[in-house]
Amino acid sequence: MSIFIDGDTRLVVQGITGRDGSFHTRQMIEYGTSVVAGVTPGKGGQVFDDTVPVFDTVAEAVSETGANASVIYVPAAFASSAIFEAADAGVDLIVCITEGVPVGDMMTALPYVHEKGARLIGPNCPGLIAPGIGKIGILPGQIVTPGPVGIVSRSGTLTYEVIFQLTRNGIGQSTCVGIGGDPLIGTDFVDCLTAFEADPHTSAVAMIGEIGGTDEQVAAEFVRDHMSKPVVGFIAGQTAPPGRRMGHAGAIISGSEGTAAEKMSAFRDCGIAVAERPADLVGLIEARL
Amino acid sequence: MNIHEYQAREILRAHGVPVPPGEIATTPEEAERIAAQYGGMVVVKAQVHAGGRGKAGGVKLAVDPTDAREKAEAILGIEIKGLTVEKVLVAPAEDIETEAYLGIVMDRGSQSDVIMVSSEGGIDIEEVAATNPDAIQKLAVDARYGLLPHQAAALAHGLYPDAKLARQAARIIMQLYQAYRAAGCTLAEINPLITTPGGEVKAIDAKMNIDDNALFRLPDVAAMRDEAAEDPAERKAREAGLSYIQLDGDVGCCVNGAGLAMATMDLVKHYGGDPANFLDIGGSSNPDKVVTAFEIITSDPNVKSILFNIFGGITRCDDVANGIVEATRRIDVGLPIAIRLTGTNEDLAVEILKENGFEAMTDMDEVVKRAVALAAGAAN
Repeated sequence: MSIFIDGDTRLVVQGITGRDGSFHTRQMIEYGTSVVAGVTPGKGGQVFDDTVPVFDTVAEAVSETGANASVIYVPAAFASSAIFEAADAGVDLIVCITEGVPVGDMMTALPYVHEKGARLIGPNCPGLIAPGIGKIGILPGQIVTPGPVGIVSRSGTLTYEVIFQLTRNGIGQSTCVGIGGDPLIGTDFVDCLTAFEADPHTSAVAMIGEIGGTDEQVAAEFVRDHMSKPVVGFIAGQTAPPGRRMGHAGAIISGSEGTAAEKMSAFRDCGIAVAERPADLVGLIEARL
Repeated sequence: MNIHEYQAREILRAHGVPVPPGEIATTPEEAERIAAQYGGMVVVKAQVHAGGRGKAGGVKLAVDPTDAREKAEAILGIEIKGLTVEKVLVAPAEDIETEAYLGIVMDRGSQSDVIMVSSEGGIDIEEVAATNPDAIQKLAVDARYGLLPHQAAALAHGLYPDAKLARQAARIIMQLYQAYRAAGCTLAEINPLITTPGGEVKAIDAKMNIDDNALFRLPDVAAMRDEAAEDPAERKAREAGLSYIQLDGDVGCCVNGAGLAMATMDLVKHYGGDPANFLDIGGSSNPDKVVTAFEIITSDPNVKSILFNIFGGITRCDDVANGIVEATRRIDVGLPIAIRLTGTNEDLAVEILKENGFEAMTDMDEVVKRAVALAAGAAN
């Protein structure tokens, strides 16, 4: 089984005729995802690769094909507008791959998505993959294998690295979710941990964090208070120079600088085994399965 | 992107915030001329992208134009947190009755912009936050409606019991929020916000950080970038669409993806080495980017070995391999290189590298160990 995606997922691709959109649509179809529609304003009526009907709007795509999930590959300037449109059309899941979305745009898009009852993953994320079931986004299908480990991560290629090492050591995954590296994102660690805890086919979770913000600390407390399944963690940026991104007002708000050391100690305090290296996650997971 | 205080003052002024006049000088003589034009006492302030300017000797009062010239001479050219002061702001000194803090910051926790005000302004707001957090009022703004007038009024009344001062402060809080939104800020601060003996509220300092992702639609703000204040290698990287931060070590790192890049640096440290930089070549695969990455890494004289760690997804390994071959043809690298490539078009990449005399590894730990050993060997 899996979280957020299953055999009933019917996907519409926003930006299907673009360079990235068309490339990854083919990859998703090849992996077995049910891509039922595409959207590119002005190209309604075309058929992508002789198989996927293209519509002018997401609303049309939903009413014509019964799409219940959307993936967004449009340029950053139009990404928040695409999110609004998908939420308005009533899909349950919106995955925004686009990077470089202005944070001010997300500030208004996030409450709208929430009001409409949709789940947004991203922006600036690789999406998600449920091995053997389907994938939404850009995670490479060839590195995953079905199994009992849930993966949630703020990174892209670092997630691939962890999956690759697990797979190479014979440990499969239930679902791998890249939640995105931006400051404002639709789905956070806690949302994913909640879903993994409820998923009968996930028996352990690997959580991969980064410096900045306090999402990992919040997630650690959630694990301590609400999870029965074992969780192991890794934090990237132990050697990163401090203070390069945010002025001190951020620290005033969070009461924290968001360093790797702080996050690792929050993990340990809450019973999450911490890997020093990505490769160490393999042993930590193995010992808990 | 950071902008200077004088630029943030211009933005605030354009939104109606009462900001005293001020002009920029790049020489002591200019500072003297500006001071003469204002008459009376002036303040001379270093314009650098760093906090703690006052403590570092970058802010000085001058009693007359001659003194302003001397103070400017003392400030121009000094280093504050590694940044050389190239210009100073000369502004009339204000009579200060009280100093408060007013700031807005994008807060990831509440997913909103948060306004902060404190009657304990001045240079030590971090100290206030740590020791007396109750002295800071906070308000999370719902971006769909923006800051509402009654919210600004409530914050202002918390700041000043006097109704006339509170009315002025409420207007300034609204104006600061408008400036923050209009300029694509992730941070805007007025510290201090002062009251004068005459009962006026004014902003005598300003700081703004801009969301890089918003710059494409804000050409006026984008034009405020001070390229002279940027590290040349970091600027070259930014212009090429790479993200680069120089560090002190000797293992030059070239990685795709920020998370993997940080994890690679951590692993260098883990195996006893020291990373020379953070470098993310991004998601797209373009051999030219790899060539630029080589140029940037080799421009750092501390680098003794170069480490490539590429996990192909969108990035195609063969493109990176071609870039490595191309770069070593075009420039004399003169340094040992350790390469790891996995993922999209890996086989093709390995073949390209082999044909050109390079070895490609597949394991992250192994390649890091190799690069650390190469740097140590080259050092001996």
